[in-house]
Amino acid sequence: MSLIKETFEKMEPHFTKGGKYEKFYALYEVFDTFFYTAPDVTHSGSHVRDGIDLKRAMITVWLAAFPAMFFGMYNLGFQANTAMASMGVESAAGWHGWLIEILASYSATSIWDCFWHGAVYFIPIFLVTFLVGIFWEVLFAVVRGHEVNEGFFVTSILFALIVPPDIPLWQVAMGISFGVVFGKEVFGGTGKNFLNPALTGRAFLFFAYPAEISGESVWTAVDGFSGATPLGQMALGGVEAVTNLTWFDAFFGNMQGAIGETSVLMILIGAVIILWTRVASWRIMSGVMLGMIATSTLFNMMASDGGNPMLAVPWYWHLVVGGFAFGMVFMATDPVSASMTDKGKWYFGALIGFMVILIRVVNPAFPEGMMLAILFANLFAPLIDHFVVQGNIKRRLARNV
Amino acid sequence: MSKQDAKTVLKRPVFDDNPVVLGMLGICSALAVTTGLEPTIVMCFALTAVCAISNLCIAMVRNHIPSNIRIIVQMTVIASLVIVVDQVLQAFAYDTAKQLSVFVGLIITNCIVMGRAEAFAMSNPPGLSFIDGIGNGLGYSVVLLFVGTIRELFGSGSLFGFEILKLVENDGWYVGNGMMLLPPSAFFIIGGFIWLLREWKTNQVEQKEFKIAHQVNREAHI
Repeated sequence: MSLIKETFEKMEPHFTKGGKYEKFYALYEVFDTFFYTAPDVTHSGSHVRDGIDLKRAMITVWLAAFPAMFFGMYNLGFQANTAMASMGVESAAGWHGWLIEILASYSATSIWDCFWHGAVYFIPIFLVTFLVGIFWEVLFAVVRGHEVNEGFFVTSILFALIVPPDIPLWQVAMGISFGVVFGKEVFGGTGKNFLNPALTGRAFLFFAYPAEISGESVWTAVDGFSGATPLGQMALGGVEAVTNLTWFDAFFGNMQGAIGETSVLMILIGAVIILWTRVASWRIMSGVMLGMIATSTLFNMMASDGGNPMLAVPWYWHLVVGGFAFGMVFMATDPVSASMTDKGKWYFGALIGFMVILIRVVNPAFPEGMMLAILFANLFAPLIDHFVVQGNIKRRLARNV
Repeated sequence: MSKQDAKTVLKRPVFDDNPVVLGMLGICSALAVTTGLEPTIVMCFALTAVCAISNLCIAMVRNHIPSNIRIIVQMTVIASLVIVVDQVLQAFAYDTAKQLSVFVGLIITNCIVMGRAEAFAMSNPPGLSFIDGIGNGLGYSVVLLFVGTIRELFGSGSLFGFEILKLVENDGWYVGNGMMLLPPSAFFIIGGFIWLLREWKTNQVEQKEFKIAHQVNREAHI
């Protein structure tokens, strides 16, 4: 232990003011505070002593995404192997296939084969996300003199989990660059971004390269395989049109989709972790859930034969298909871009729940609405807070007169 | 107002006091017409012409306009000029005029034209006002050309319709960025332009509204 400490102490003078590598202080700081608690003490304003600092909060969210990530890898491989078997394809194309064949084959019944197949697709996506994103983080930290923030761990894993499996890696790099630079850094870095950076990056890809991130052929990592997502099927014929899977299949995640979003069960495990540690707000999650249930029930009552089949989709189906659960647990609860006030969090959540159903049901152009709904609510978060605060001020003034 | 010489009046609005960058004027048309360079250039010429000539006309009659109806008089002058420009475009550049559609007509409402007429031409001699109109037109054009070049190059892989980056659809390697073809992309690009310009001319950076007090004090390791 002391060896690491000594190394850092020996290095420190080079990085502090006047040292050789003064410019790269941010980099030194990353590793120093990774190993040791910073010796910084507050000397102005309020003093809060709490074990849960930003670093721990972010790492908790990061860990909470792991169940969804591991299952996502398995499921990606499982879907791909099943599709390959049904199409009669012997092996995956390109370097993916080469890597898969080193350690596994293409059997859909073998857990290891499926997991490895998924890992070969997911890990490059995650690595590219991480390396490109951290490059921008460090660049801005060095130029602007702020610290590299652990929030990026969360942004990178969330971004990697919400892209389709066979997205080209250069698009991953573009998406995360846009998300980090225009979603976060131009506004001053972590804590000052009003949009969720991971979703900003995905929204950029969604509008820039719609062919690679939406439609029917991108959700399974096999070239030429085309399968409609449950949401796509519902848009055509309601719940009855979803013939290839049951509600429990969708709940356990046995379907194709973006890497991390398929299994509601795994996402709920993550939700329990971040709620139990009080990292995420239960008010936001409840708000999203209630908003979604209320809106979809309202639409159910308006449903009629021959009309829009999406109107009749009940709320428990909305919960398990598409990115709803993932967005509710990991994206909507982002503490920076959500509302800050307790009351505001309910409204913020409900707005997301309302918008997601509205986009899914009424807008024919977008089958999925979670990304756009959350970004939309992000924009309204400060306004909601403003009204809550003003309402509070008014109420207290009235009481004291 | 102090005496100004023609050279500063012409050069100032291009980078030092750009109407789009500092005044946030004329953004609407900058979003709408910049998908390709060709309509962009035509739009730049149209706006520069209208701005310069309207400044000239208004400066000539500036001492005879009753001040309580001056906006109406300015509008009449600008509207007539826009109609002339529109007719000229339809006669000599019909295809581009069709692409620009309503946005030529909307030059009437372009804040740059109105703003310069009100702020400059009403209090300066005709010659200088004419140059000021050209200068502001150039300032607008610089931003539009920047946006138009990026959008056409990365959106459809071409400049003026000539293929620069070979698209995948034509057996090339470049995948067109659909975002660049949508109007919102111009927001990001204009934002990027402002960012670059302010890195260069740091006096345009706004004062911070408040400064967060330094909260932590790093003490030496012991």
